Amino acid sequence: MKAKTIDKIATTIIVVFSLLIVAVLVGLLAFILVRGLSHVNWSFLTSVPQTIKAGGGIGPQLFNSLFLLVLTLIITIPLGLGAGIYMAEYAKPGRFTDAVRLVVEVLSSFPSIVVGLFGLLLIVNTFGFGFSLFSGALVLTIFNLPLIVRITEQAFRSVPKEQKEAGLALGLSKWKIITSVLFPVAIPSIVTGTVLASGRVFGEAAALLFTAGMSTPRLDFSDWNPLSPTSPINPFRPAETLAVHIWKINSEGLAPDAAEIAAGASAVLVILVLIFNLFARWFGNVLYKALTASKRTG
Amino acid sequence: MKAMKEGHVQIERSRSGKFQKHHMEDLIGRSYTMLCVGLLILIIVSIIYFVASKGLATFIQDGVSLGDFLFGSKWDPEGSQGTPVFGVLPFIFGSFATSLLAALIASPLSICASLFMTEIVPSWGKKLLMPVIELLAGIPSVVYGFVGLTVVVPFLRDTFPGQGIGIAAGAIVLSIMILPTITSIATDALSALPRGLKESSFALGATRWQTISKVILPTVMPAVLTGVVLGMARAFGEALAVQMVIGNAPHIPRSLFESTSTLTSAITLDMGNTVMGSVHSNALWSMALALMFMTFVFVLIVRVLERRNRI
Repeated sequence: MKAKTIDKIATTIIVVFSLLIVAVLVGLLAFILVRGLSHVNWSFLTSVPQTIKAGGGIGPQLFNSLFLLVLTLIITIPLGLGAGIYMAEYAKPGRFTDAVRLVVEVLSSFPSIVVGLFGLLLIVNTFGFGFSLFSGALVLTIFNLPLIVRITEQAFRSVPKEQKEAGLALGLSKWKIITSVLFPVAIPSIVTGTVLASGRVFGEAAALLFTAGMSTPRLDFSDWNPLSPTSPINPFRPAETLAVHIWKINSEGLAPDAAEIAAGASAVLVILVLIFNLFARWFGNVLYKALTASKRTG
Repeated sequence: MKAMKEGHVQIERSRSGKFQKHHMEDLIGRSYTMLCVGLLILIIVSIIYFVASKGLATFIQDGVSLGDFLFGSKWDPEGSQGTPVFGVLPFIFGSFATSLLAALIASPLSICASLFMTEIVPSWGKKLLMPVIELLAGIPSVVYGFVGLTVVVPFLRDTFPGQGIGIAAGAIVLSIMILPTITSIATDALSALPRGLKESSFALGATRWQTISKVILPTVMPAVLTGVVLGMARAFGEALAVQMVIGNAPHIPRSLFESTSTLTSAITLDMGNTVMGSVHSNALWSMALALMFMTFVFVLIVRVLERRNRI
């Protein structure tokens, strides 16, 4: 009888705590969206920020965030895929493989500010890239790489063994099997994982403070020459991303509507991350269906 | 006979031709993937080398004693009262206090959430809580900092004596940030548990709570602790969310609601205002070295726990 009472109390506590977590998330999202969305409109999304006047927007920051993400993915994906494939297909159990595994683990748990400092020292100062999108993309690559390596390795490992064996029996080379048998099967989970990782890159700010910089030059959106300093697609210009902007106006914002801008920008950032998450799931499913169906007919 | 021989030679030749192509392909693939792995190793070696060489310069080049640095509680890098003093104990204390407290808040909540998903309502618990956990993991840290600044800090200011900023605010914000890490690892461990363990406990007449507390939790404890350590590592290294709510005063606070600082927030705030190569800048690098050292400690603890988990 007593044991049953304790059981009931414990169950209630577990349920209450779990519902508390749900309530925290709902409260968080509601707060961010309700508070922020009232400030979000087309001109907020497209206009430039103001330093001391009210009514500034987040246009350049939004563009910088997306552009930086694209640059990062261009650098990260080929490298991450390569290292992931090595870990899944070529690595033999032994000291070296254990060491690489440790490297991936340590790299993914480095504090972002430390990686940012490293970027400041080596990429920004020593290599002389300055505060630029390119420096930011390289630093974000350091972050993203362990994630992509892990995702790729898991995706390749989850391909049924028979597929690989069938390829080997046909006399294909290992690399051919990897690229034309295993890769198409692994691609949906790689895509899902990469998009989810992109969501994290999108919200990263600490590492970018000292690498991509905390300011954006006046951009001329009609200038598409990548070497012109005012061109939005010049990778060697400083760029303040949306996440950095939120941090900056919270800590040193002088505009009278700084709190509203921070709320609006947070809402935009959260909505983008939500879209990333939903898109990752949907696209992964679509890709899986498309690839497996094409297998069946072809 | 001759024709046969010729045919044989032809087969040999085509075979060797194919073999070479096959070999070539594999060589390219193997070297490309090796190159990527080599790059990973190069990155980590250079991070460790550069952070360590910069961080050690404070002690070797500038002659700051390691004892004064780690255990000195006075931080006056520009020497506003005469000579500059570099004591980072307040920051180390702040980092440990916030991350420990965050783990203390988040762990029971995470364990309850994972029990809810696997033991209480396995049918729909995961469908409800897993998306919640994933969304919490996806929210960027600056957004957590912003919400902390606009909700948690005013709440603490109104409820408790003090200004609201400080260790308590930092720990609350961090606890929500590390909740997903602990929960997902604990949930994985709980789902991987052999069914027989639980069933035999039920067969002996144990209630669900008795089963959970006496059988399930002791078995998954190493895995849960792994999650807690990983969560703490994340909390220890988090910079901006903490910096926004902690107040950034470089001294050891007397209460949880008094302004203080952490290693990460000091680096964030000061690095932009120092000249590369100055003693102040080097001291900040030493703090980064301390952060890196703690990362190694956390990874080591996780490894030890994982080994225990396997047995």
